[in-house]
Amino acid sequence: MALLKVSNLCLGYENRKVVENLNFEVLPGDYLCIVGENGSGKTTLIKTLLGIKKPISGEIVRGDGLKANEIGYLPQQTSIQKDFPASVHEVVLSGCQGHLGKRAFYGKEEIELVKKNLQRMGIENLENRCYAELSGGQQQRVLLARALCAAEKMLLLDEPVAGLDPKATAEMYSQIRDLNKSGTTIMMVSHDLEAALMYATHILHIGKHLFFGTREEYLEHLAKDAKEGGAKI
Amino acid sequence: MDKLIMYLQYPFVRNALIVGVLIALCSSLFGSTLVLKRFSFIGDGLSHVAFGALAIASILKLTNNMILILPVTVLAAVLLLKTGQNTRIKGDAAIAMVSVGALAFGYLLMNLFSKSANISGDVCTTLFGSTSILTLSDADVWISIILSVVVIALFVYFYNRIFAVTFDEDFSVSAGINAERYNLMIAVVIAVIIVLAMNLVGSLLISALVIFPALSAMRIYRSFLKVTVCSAILSVVSTLAGMIASILYSTPVGSTVVAADVIVFGVCWLIGILKGRKNA
Repeated sequence: MALLKVSNLCLGYENRKVVENLNFEVLPGDYLCIVGENGSGKTTLIKTLLGIKKPISGEIVRGDGLKANEIGYLPQQTSIQKDFPASVHEVVLSGCQGHLGKRAFYGKEEIELVKKNLQRMGIENLENRCYAELSGGQQQRVLLARALCAAEKMLLLDEPVAGLDPKATAEMYSQIRDLNKSGTTIMMVSHDLEAALMYATHILHIGKHLFFGTREEYLEHLAKDAKEGGAKI
Repeated sequence: MDKLIMYLQYPFVRNALIVGVLIALCSSLFGSTLVLKRFSFIGDGLSHVAFGALAIASILKLTNNMILILPVTVLAAVLLLKTGQNTRIKGDAAIAMVSVGALAFGYLLMNLFSKSANISGDVCTTLFGSTSILTLSDADVWISIILSVVVIALFVYFYNRIFAVTFDEDFSVSAGINAERYNLMIAVVIAVIIVLAMNLVGSLLISALVIFPALSAMRIYRSFLKVTVCSAILSVVSTLAGMIASILYSTPVGSTVVAADVIVFGVCWLIGILKGRKNA
């Protein structure tokens, strides 16, 4: 049973369609990489999958008991966060906000969850540091721990290595791979086609030419395209 | 000291101190959110709207000005928030328009319709709040106390969500939180605080009361909880100090309180620099 099945999805703004006829599905344990040029609608797709934005038409069906707010999200960093006074503990704890319900404060369970996910990301020593003062790689791990607090089944990562140096990039990728191996389904938006081909099980290419399939199918598709001398996607 | 004790015997001085402390507490709580969300100007714009509403209220000779000022300012807060999201008129331009417009109309109306012999004195009082904190009626005091308690209760109850929505709105929405509703709540609460604070510092100086304590606390502390607690304490202390100084030396209340806030900011800034050096 697919965790997420997207059929005939059409995305865009009031009078401008960005993506049409989008079809793909995500199975438990998949590592889906979403690639495409700038302006091809990657960010719009993410916002639609998360329910921040409504699609123009088409449908997204969640399966396997996945609830609307059970996709852990790793957004790109915002300018507000650059000088925001917040400790790592506070940021990761805010990942539990969906569990609050009518309660005003977090309980023991949430504190435990924070501890667990900080350990999982190997950053328990940073718990009382200020988020804004950390290095880029450390900040991404904090946000990853926050996403894990929100949902363990499925993560949606928006350019998780943007702005990281090569060492931090490699570490981030291996951390994501480890999460995937331990059973978390990953959807990752990326510019980095090379990395996508190295780690992903499935590729979704959006833009003028749509493609969805396994990594192997995508490689064949690329090879065929190159042979025909057609427009490279 | 004797002079202070003598003044404290007067009920209006005690009322002024109670209301002053409550206003200081309320305004500082939402200050950090406002500063961090880059909403500082909304506070400024709303205070001018409140001035315009006050001018209308005094022309209509309402027994209690708050009946008109509060709903008008809340409405303006909601509208400013909405225009900030639609991009036809950019948020900051809309705020500038509303704020200058309300200021001009307020003054115009006061000039045209006021029967008072001392118009510039009246205007000065509403803009800088020189004496209104000392002339509160019992009803004003109770309204201020009730509204402050509501504001503080809202802040404590929604503290975790306010932090989350301030830090990362998109993430909150993805976790199933209705961020728009919290933005609306923040805007409405700010409007209420501004109307309350008008009595203390007058409409031109309100933003100072909202943003200075938060900015001061951010020089020293680097976690949201500590910044919030510290700005509440700084705000109460500098407001009390400002009010007492103004009573003892007969200076205008509003500007003395804001001057105290500025001095506290300077001290915090220095502490921040020294702390930074020690860590480096």
